[in-house]
Amino acid sequence: MSAVMLDPRLEKFRRRKRMNRIALMLSLAAMSFGLFWLAWILWETIRLGLSGVSLATLTMMTPAPNEQGGLANAIYGSFLMVMLATCIGTPVGIMAGIYLAEYDPKGWLASLTRFVNDILLSAPSIVIGLFIYAVIVSRFKSYSGWAGVLALALIVIPVVIRTTENMLLLVSSGLREAAYALGAPKWKVVTSITLRAARAGVVTGILLAVARIAGETAPLLFTALNNQFWNSDMSQPMASLPVTIFKFAMSPYENWQQLAWAGVFLITLAVLGLNILARVLTRNRL
Amino acid sequence: MNARTLSAEKSAEAPKISVKDLSFFYGKFQALKSINLEIPENKVTAFIGPSGCGKSTLLRIFNRMYELYPEQRAEGEVLFDGENLLTSKKDVALIRSKVGMVFQKPTPFPMSIYDNIAFGVKLFESLNASDMDERVEWALRKAALWTEVKDKLNQNGASLSGGQQQRLCIARGIAIKPEVLLLDEPCSALDPISTAKIEELIAELKTDYTVVIVTHNMQQAARCSDYTAYMYLGDLVEFGVTKELFFTPKRKETEDYITGRFG
Repeated sequence: MSAVMLDPRLEKFRRRKRMNRIALMLSLAAMSFGLFWLAWILWETIRLGLSGVSLATLTMMTPAPNEQGGLANAIYGSFLMVMLATCIGTPVGIMAGIYLAEYDPKGWLASLTRFVNDILLSAPSIVIGLFIYAVIVSRFKSYSGWAGVLALALIVIPVVIRTTENMLLLVSSGLREAAYALGAPKWKVVTSITLRAARAGVVTGILLAVARIAGETAPLLFTALNNQFWNSDMSQPMASLPVTIFKFAMSPYENWQQLAWAGVFLITLAVLGLNILARVLTRNRL
Repeated sequence: MNARTLSAEKSAEAPKISVKDLSFFYGKFQALKSINLEIPENKVTAFIGPSGCGKSTLLRIFNRMYELYPEQRAEGEVLFDGENLLTSKKDVALIRSKVGMVFQKPTPFPMSIYDNIAFGVKLFESLNASDMDERVEWALRKAALWTEVKDKLNQNGASLSGGQQQRLCIARGIAIKPEVLLLDEPCSALDPISTAKIEELIAELKTDYTVVIVTHNMQQAARCSDYTAYMYLGDLVEFGVTKELFFTPKRKETEDYITGRFG
């Protein structure tokens, strides 16, 4: 008797279990498809890159074809330009993000800024490179490290604006009200309370922006160009890892190709490290 | 029974805050309709009523919290020691330094327990290190939290339990030595033990402060307030001595609400 009553329910339950199994299998398949390529990329990078990395890679300059050499000038150039671009782009991005989230979230200027920022965020990086080429490089008739820095900074700014605004909006209005209720002025509430509460998220945004520009080639191709020698003069053309990889990988010379793989390995390692750091920072908060 | 009127009470206690013909609007929606009431000094006044009756709205006018939101506005008068808060030319920060507020959800700032207290104090006073230590200890003792946190003042405020966080917020509010303390459902997120601690605290606080508390919990209003205001749909239905309002309510609506026959 009761078995008869339960039957339709049991049938429905079984069907739900079947659906669940199918959905689980599909999502597992999707995940393994993504992981497969990622693992392959990492594996190839390590296999081909690791063997090329030696002390010489870190200490010697980029060589002429079929000569001994390393990537020291390219690593240094990348480091310098990424660091300066981050130093320029981060304060601008954070301050604009604060304006959007805290000062005038609904005003026309904020809407306009958000719109322009979205365009900048999705602009192909080669367009930014060409823009700096037209505005800076062709005017001063010279490729330079500074032009490269500006192009990279233009990529950093929209990323930092977006993450800063989003992270500040996640801070509960209760926390803001509590600070105002003590009689704190607005700038104090923003700097000591909301920005502090959103700190981990904002830092993550900066790290992700750094990770992004560390591997950008197109904006540097028309701005910083390249340099075979060690160069600290920002007004001169400057070597960078991505451009060197581009040049060496396209070449027929075996030692250049080997160095290109070593450069790919180093960049991948650095970007992976930054991403993991960003993960760790957001895990503890929010 | 004892038909004391509002004006009789007025002469008995000096009002700290007098509300006159106060209306409040969220955009076009009128949330308060011509409220008149006087909040006596050094007493606990409770606002009760069903959700949406305007009790929190009324509380948030006393420290001009509504000003953060441009679509909200108040009409009428709120006299604080005789001065109209709504039209006061004084910086709103000065008003808030005299009218402290504790919110429904505990809101510890993202900093150490010590700095949570010191943050507000530093806004208005320049104390040297030992005076600041003293003030922090004083506020934490007052909020019955000192013995629980005295060995971990450098820990983040968020590491405390919910009840401790709420007492931290009360300590933060009294550390700047306001004259009035507004409590907006301070116990609604707390367990009974933490609630009991905070109710004890309220009873002690009224010797130094004028306390106004919004609560959903009628027993809480009955236990810890001297005066109670019953509000419904933006109107002040009845206001009087807590005992009288609960035992011999003058209005039928009040009686229905406090006996649970509210429809």
